[in-house]
Amino acid sequence: MPDIRSAVLIAVAAVITAILRFLPFFIFGGKRKTPEFITYLGKVLPFAIMAMLVVFCLKNVSITAFPHGIPELISVAAVALLHIWKRNTLLSIIGGTVLYILLINFIFI
Amino acid sequence: MTLKQEIKKALRATFPVFSGYIVLGFGFGIVLHSKGFGILWALCMSLFIYAGSMQYVAIDLLSGGASVITMALTTVLVNARHLFYGISMIDKYKSAGKFKPYLIFALTDETYSLVCTEEEENSHRYHFLVSLFNHIYWVGGTVLGAAVGSAFDFAPKGIDFALTALFVTVFVEQWLSSKDHAAAIIGALCSVICLIIFGADSFLIPAMLTITLSLTVLRVIRRKGGKKNA
Repeated sequence: MPDIRSAVLIAVAAVITAILRFLPFFIFGGKRKTPEFITYLGKVLPFAIMAMLVVFCLKNVSITAFPHGIPELISVAAVALLHIWKRNTLLSIIGGTVLYILLINFIFI
Repeated sequence: MTLKQEIKKALRATFPVFSGYIVLGFGFGIVLHSKGFGILWALCMSLFIYAGSMQYVAIDLLSGGASVITMALTTVLVNARHLFYGISMIDKYKSAGKFKPYLIFALTDETYSLVCTEEEENSHRYHFLVSLFNHIYWVGGTVLGAAVGSAFDFAPKGIDFALTALFVTVFVEQWLSSKDHAAAIIGALCSVICLIIFGADSFLIPAMLTITLSLTVLRVIRRKGGKKNA
């Protein structure tokens, strides 16, 4: 429910996002070289974090209870295949979401 | 170039972002509204956070009553890539003057991809317009979504799958455009193992820590291997 606590959480996200965007200009704005370890993390972290976010989205799916995560499995596979086939971000997102809505409202009920 | 010409050019250049932000923003607004947060919340988040994937993640954290620490750490890791956008834009934005603070604040994935790939040197006023238009599209899309959500109470069951679909799409795109899948596999394994051990409500922080640790170990191992081969 919306309240002061939610406003504080949003402010935290806003301030930290801004800090991340401004920090490089403050630290490396001069001639100092970017540390190699930071450059490395910058290259590899996005790959790992995206996998984590997919798991995060599916964290409440129960495999033991009906419908055993089957709609999620089908829809995630559909998004992946659609994207490999067409490489069109919007098409993959809309296609997968419509399929999922149809599956849980009309088939796995 | 006159201001009018630059506005025209910026509108043309940002059209792909327009379609993306309106659709993704619309989805965000609807999902946010379905969790009890109306138009004003959508407006504030899009104006001040202005980071698409983080805002989607924030919906779950907000409605799940996450702690400030979880929100802070999640923001750091989800948005860490912005550090590297910044690093690569230091030279380009060096002489941006009065436009500089806003250019840095509004450096999203999409704006970055437009500005860093441009074929000719453009003025900073042009970069400002590109950044501003993209910001307007995103705010507009999210507010529209929240408005439609509240007007029709429109939120079909399962609409929040848009978020999962977004991340799966980015994951697949990254996978296809890279030959080295070690980081992606580490991310998936650490997350699933932590989810099993710590449960749905508290796996995020352990997952982020083990991912960073594993990536560091991976680097040490590869460096040693590289030295042996050399």
